[in-house]
Amino acid sequence: MFRSVLRTALAVLVIAAGPAADAKDKQDPDTVVMRNFDFAPMTLTIHAGTAVTWRNMDDEPHTVTSLDGLFRSGALDQDESFSFKFTKPGTYRYVCTIHPRMTGEVVVR
Amino acid sequence: MIFDRQAPSRRSALKCMAFGGAGTLFMLSGGAFRAIDLAQAAQGDNSSLAAGTPLFVQISDTHIGFNKAANPDVVGTFGHAIALINALPIAPRCIVHTGDITHLSRAEEFDTAQQMLTTLRAGEIYTVPGEHDVTDGVGVEYFRRFGGSSKQKGYYSFDLDGVHFVGLVNVMNFKPGGLGLLGSDQLAWLKDDFASRTASTPIVVFAHMPLWSIYEPWGWGTGDAGEAMALLRRFGSVTVLNGHIHQIVQKIEGNITFHTARSTAYPQPAAGVGPGPGPLTVSAADLPTRLGVTTITHSEHSLSLSDTTLAQPV
Repeated sequence: MFRSVLRTALAVLVIAAGPAADAKDKQDPDTVVMRNFDFAPMTLTIHAGTAVTWRNMDDEPHTVTSLDGLFRSGALDQDESFSFKFTKPGTYRYVCTIHPRMTGEVVVR
Repeated sequence: MIFDRQAPSRRSALKCMAFGGAGTLFMLSGGAFRAIDLAQAAQGDNSSLAAGTPLFVQISDTHIGFNKAANPDVVGTFGHAIALINALPIAPRCIVHTGDITHLSRAEEFDTAQQMLTTLRAGEIYTVPGEHDVTDGVGVEYFRRFGGSSKQKGYYSFDLDGVHFVGLVNVMNFKPGGLGLLGSDQLAWLKDDFASRTASTPIVVFAHMPLWSIYEPWGWGTGDAGEAMALLRRFGSVTVLNGHIHQIVQKIEGNITFHTARSTAYPQPAAGVGPGPGPLTVSAADLPTRLGVTTITHSEHSLSLSDTTLAQPV
């Protein structure tokens, strides 16, 4: 529950950060937002052991689906989020299966 | 001559527009398909009905579970479509739902949709999945309900009144950045399925995503659809029906008529307008007009389509 509260708090921060240009710099470093049919940032670099949270800001659902089958969010409606903890270094590419031109990657160091 | 009789007067055209947006009724008349608006059929203009036997109604993109501003009552609008179909003087032989039955692939959404589909006064109900129906990657909830008749493949064919129908799946196994995909297994099956059909057999092919490229930046197309179309060219009458883009786009190429249906849930922007292919939110008063265009196309051996618009309560 604490985590859920924390996540909500982070989401509020993301929203408070305002337009995409600002959000890019100010949003939580381990969060990727889905907005206007793009993952932002498209490439996220983290350290091993970090959990990444994706949050959908669009009123159209998106998914976060890794190409190697490692993680799969299912449909995320507006304001819903999904988290996955990366334990091993590597580059992990993913796609929205509803809008497959939406792609992103997580680089784990 | 039949087409002349079908040409609506201004008054009946307006009446049609008031009822439109619910579905498109296809009839087989002398081997050529013609489509008339459901509302025209429902209002008792039977001149077109008398010309052929109602064969099927296409429903698409019901998006049960959607609850945003573009349409807070998708159950209501789907119910409206069902009511119009059930009011037809002659029940259609079957219903074809071209996918995005649900919005988020959730069990309760499928339950609602399935319960509503069973209230249709028609023969069999045939479906293909949309990408919204299989967001778990394998379509557990979709295939549990609709996979039985295709042995869980999702694609299948059947014959009705001398017409050969083929339902295809092009919303799974996406390639990143890509379009819809049929895949080599399905194409091989399709080739085999068509092999024994005579060229004079009317063919109806239906799938969720457009089987021709309408707007690739938004994924409005199917990457390997050309291989399927190559198999279809030898047939004299081919009708290709899709949904996905929530608006009518039609193209005729040789003997092949391509047609995308409207949604019963919400409109989407025209290709390339705005950031992406999401719900188009307009005022409740404007919604019917944003859904509305009327297109009538007819030629001897291809689909003839009359799509009116502007849904409003019956």
